Amino acid sequence: MTPELKGYLLVTGIKVTILFAVLFLMIAFVTWMERRVAAWIQNRIGPNRVGPFGLLQPIADGLKNFVKEELLPGQADRTLFILAPAMAFVPSLLLFAVIPWASPLPLAFDFTLPLVGRFVHAGEVPMMVADLPIGFLFILAMSSLSVYGIVFAGWSSGNKYSFLGGLRSSAQMVSYEIALGMSLIALLLVAGNVRLTAIVALQQEWTWLILPLTLGFLLFAISALAENNRLPFDLPEAEGELVGGYHTEYSSMRFAMFFLAEYGALITMSALMATFFFGGWDIPFTTWDDGEPTVLKTLVTLGAFLAKTFFFIFCYIWIRWTLPRFRFDQLMALGWKVMLPVALAYIMIVATAVWAFDTMGLTLGGAYALAMFGLNMVLLVLLLWGIDRNRIIWGQRLQREGRA
Amino acid sequence: MAIGVKVVVRPDKEISYLRATLKGMAITFRHLLQKKFTMQYPEQIAEAEWSLSPRWRGTHRMLTDEQGRAKCVACGLCPQICPANCIKLVPGEDEHGFRYPLIYEIDEFRCVFCGYCQEVCPEEAIHVGVHYENAEYERERFVYDLERLCAQTHPVSSLWDPSDPRGE
Repeated sequence: MTPELKGYLLVTGIKVTILFAVLFLMIAFVTWMERRVAAWIQNRIGPNRVGPFGLLQPIADGLKNFVKEELLPGQADRTLFILAPAMAFVPSLLLFAVIPWASPLPLAFDFTLPLVGRFVHAGEVPMMVADLPIGFLFILAMSSLSVYGIVFAGWSSGNKYSFLGGLRSSAQMVSYEIALGMSLIALLLVAGNVRLTAIVALQQEWTWLILPLTLGFLLFAISALAENNRLPFDLPEAEGELVGGYHTEYSSMRFAMFFLAEYGALITMSALMATFFFGGWDIPFTTWDDGEPTVLKTLVTLGAFLAKTFFFIFCYIWIRWTLPRFRFDQLMALGWKVMLPVALAYIMIVATAVWAFDTMGLTLGGAYALAMFGLNMVLLVLLLWGIDRNRIIWGQRLQREGRA
Repeated sequence: MAIGVKVVVRPDKEISYLRATLKGMAITFRHLLQKKFTMQYPEQIAEAEWSLSPRWRGTHRMLTDEQGRAKCVACGLCPQICPANCIKLVPGEDEHGFRYPLIYEIDEFRCVFCGYCQEVCPEEAIHVGVHYENAEYERERFVYDLERLCAQTHPVSSLWDPSDPRGE
């Protein structure tokens, strides 16, 4: 092993460890935040007893889950039942590996340790675990895997409610996966790259992709809600109808694993929204963060990234405590009859626009962004008009016409 | 149409899903910033303007006379009327021929807090109290004996007065 390789492995190992620890802390924090925001929305205070502002509440909950009894239902398929929480949990953490969370950190060292030898590192450390050339294809692949955890859990529990929850989730996640991928294809057409660092770099030079791809962001945000099983799309869980859905039979830490997975996916999806459409760790209205990397820049851009991520997490929580759950047929109708056609049409329109701008000789710049933004606004108004005329979430009109 | 199904005909304005969503989001956001109504229970109980109703029926209290003896004359009406059979009374008689309770115990776990014992008591001795903090570490401690019943200091219930049903 060369000293450079050892240095690289050391740096990567440290990054993975830190990311893992920070992600767990963030999951804990987000569970606390969800409970506090939910309480505030309901004019309550929320957990405030354990630690300052109740911040240690998730740790107390975790401790409780560790000491509780692990139940294994008699009807359960043992292997799958034990495997399922891990299957749900791992993909949601893996996703974070490809998200750049700050500007590169300048780091150079050259030291020798007894027994293990010399470690050398020079230049910049990219602030992400793996800068995969396949970028968000990896994200799409991994986020699809998380459905297996839920399906396995539902199937292996040997309980009809769990089974229904698992069935619903497989149908739901598979349908919305398509819209999620489609909304990213529009992004691919404009950005011309699947590598996340390249997408962030593009947004740094040009403009945040929310402007040229507003509708794409909307589609992505809605699909992400469904993909994460968050309200208003939490049909797999649906505690009012299915007891607890796929995790009815789970207890103690296995149950907590599903929650960790859910909140892990929530954080990841928020981070992805920030990365794809809101410039990642880019700080707007300044070019200060673009130049030569320094430690200070790394810290400040990390702050910017976290601020954006937590904004989306807050929006998720806010939506959850506002909107009621969809009925299952409404969910499927929205997925297949609205999201998918709209996403497909959007891809075609964006493709045509990109082609037209290219033939006109328009390069990526202010005019390009403005033209795309205008196009998006027109499409958005059209779509909203469609929704407002009740052709999207139907029900009442059909009922009235059919039974009058 | 099935019998008893009410079909609500809504004006087209209300059908707009989007507007309803945005409206809902605005409402929840407003609530996010509003005053919170939670009372921080042990700390704020004094400053929160909150008290039990004077008709509250909580754990019992035995009233005493000037000499500090229980007013009870061991007539046996309260164990007789008690629907939960939670009062244990063994009557005794002193040298002047006055009856007094040798044993008077109330099992607060069995008690259903109906307040009949207070209503039936001819001496206005046994009362249900305006009180609710009753936690104990052992089950046995919930059987209140005569000494403990006399030692209670909380206010007693005014019960419901049929001639003044609204408490005016």
